[in-house]
Amino acid sequence: MKILATVKRVPDPETSIKVKPDGSGIVADNIKWVVNPFDEIAVEESLRIKEKVAGSEVVLVSVGAKVAQEQLRTGLAMGADRAILVVAEDGLEPLAVARVLVKVIESEQPDLVVMGKQSIDDDSNAVGQMAAELLGWPQATFASKLELAGDQKTATVTREVDGGLETLSFPLPGIVTTDLRLNEPRYASLPGIMKARKKELKEIEVGALGVDVAPKARLVKMEPPPKRQAGKKVASVEELVHLLHTEAKVI
Amino acid sequence: MSAPDYYDLEALLTAEERLTRDTVRAFVEQECLPLIEGCFSREEFPRQLIPRLGELGVFGANLKGYGCAGMNNVAYGLVMQELERGDSGLRSMASVQGGLAMYAIYAYGAEEQKRRWLPPMARGEAIGCFGLTEPDHGSDPGGMEARARQVGDEWVLSGVKRWITNGSIADVAIVWAKTTPDDEIRGFLVERGTPGYGAHDLKGKFSLRASITSELVLEDVRLPASAILPGVAGLKGPFGCLNQARYGIVWGAIGAAMACYETALDYALNRVQFDRPIAGFQLVQQKLVDMITEITKAQLLAHRLGILKDEGRVRAQQVSLAKRNNVGQALHTARLARDILGANGIVNAYPVIRHMLNLETVNTYEGTYDMHTLIVGRDLTGLDAVR
Repeated sequence: MKILATVKRVPDPETSIKVKPDGSGIVADNIKWVVNPFDEIAVEESLRIKEKVAGSEVVLVSVGAKVAQEQLRTGLAMGADRAILVVAEDGLEPLAVARVLVKVIESEQPDLVVMGKQSIDDDSNAVGQMAAELLGWPQATFASKLELAGDQKTATVTREVDGGLETLSFPLPGIVTTDLRLNEPRYASLPGIMKARKKELKEIEVGALGVDVAPKARLVKMEPPPKRQAGKKVASVEELVHLLHTEAKVI
Repeated sequence: MSAPDYYDLEALLTAEERLTRDTVRAFVEQECLPLIEGCFSREEFPRQLIPRLGELGVFGANLKGYGCAGMNNVAYGLVMQELERGDSGLRSMASVQGGLAMYAIYAYGAEEQKRRWLPPMARGEAIGCFGLTEPDHGSDPGGMEARARQVGDEWVLSGVKRWITNGSIADVAIVWAKTTPDDEIRGFLVERGTPGYGAHDLKGKFSLRASITSELVLEDVRLPASAILPGVAGLKGPFGCLNQARYGIVWGAIGAAMACYETALDYALNRVQFDRPIAGFQLVQQKLVDMITEITKAQLLAHRLGILKDEGRVRAQQVSLAKRNNVGQALHTARLARDILGANGIVNAYPVIRHMLNLETVNTYEGTYDMHTLIVGRDLTGLDAVR
């Protein structure tokens, strides 16, 4: 079975993000970059399938700047077999990324594509759905459980929806996007890191794929959330009720 | 949590070295730190971490083959740094397993011994310890009293070894003893359960409490001829292992110092006295500057030493200089951090007092600060101060 898992390079969620003074983006210097946590879950899920289904191959794909090699190496160190980096130095919009992925999927012909439900930087939550639509493939988003039939022709996915769980079943090939509770990703092992250096990491220039990646929207401005105001101490319940009426205007 | 890197040491590291460090750091932060204060206060080692550390591949990570990761020495050093950022006891366990026990078998063992022990030790399924120090022979191991005499095809081993990390949980002990009649120091593999061999823990430590420290007692322990390490005779055997483990300590000490510095900086920025953060006071700033200066120097020393080691031209005296400096300065840094934290510096709500107490041990074991002074002193002058 061939599984394709996506890997996006994103700022470490633990990093404190600063917006550039002109609002044109975030300050990218001196921040730590990691594998998008939802993609890490996708890689882990793919590796678990590989461990269960003999002869499986896990291929990683990233669309982004050349430095995203580092994140692909992390995934290879976790145990993936090889990686493809579609080099696009400028950040692409979700639809462009989906079109690029479709090209890669068409040439790799995986049985299953596992992706993070969203990347924690732009939070678009769109690429998986768009790629499935473009391919005409079934999709199951926000997976909290993924099971394959014994013949690996069908996938059954449990999704976390508002107020409960929904279970879907569909024939492969298909696209699954991962939610937080699908699994707990493993740590790359030190021998794994050593082995990763010898694994194939193929680079493709985005221009060579012949897809339209021109942006459709323009980034107008980024701004940090407003600073939290200091609280106020009140002396009595009467004062509190009074202020809730007159100042906060919530009662 | 980021790490202090005042001189952009990051730029000297390869992507692989950074990934190694970040992987072990994440493991320590998520899996070890939540346990460590409890272990320290109960005086126990978090044994449940051993198989996971094995899975991660930290044991003997700079050895090649036999299931070991085969990393370069800078990457290995960074592993030790991150383990000791957690706790010196954690790093000690890994140092003794990899740097002392596995290395002894790796460097001096017969092929059969290597094949039998190294793969399960790398996986953390078998634990090793290293018996050199005795109750009456610490800095002068050449005076050891442990004896091994040959009786027929067997060796009969007697003696007591003390301050042995991992002792009571070890599946195999590397025990150094003088052979009769040639009076030469040789290493023996003593397996758990061998009649006459026992280990009990030393309690009441105020330092390295999250680490197992034992006494090994050997009373006429009969060992087959195949139990001897064939590859070495004389003190250079154990010294070769110590050099390997000391190299790890050179990096480990930086990790403990980093944890103290980061805690102290954060505390000083948030602790308000006289209506401003204490980080704004000159005396506190001086302490912080002293700390980052020593950490930076220690990092550069360790990195250069790692490259010399990879190039195969490191000298034992260079390891001594770095062990002496980095541990001595880490201890100094920990004491400064404890001071900045005031009363909070003595409670386990912060990691500082634990690191400070641990570093007292690290400053003493694997060659005391003073012994390393004399080793480098002899190297400089050609004059031996101890004999």
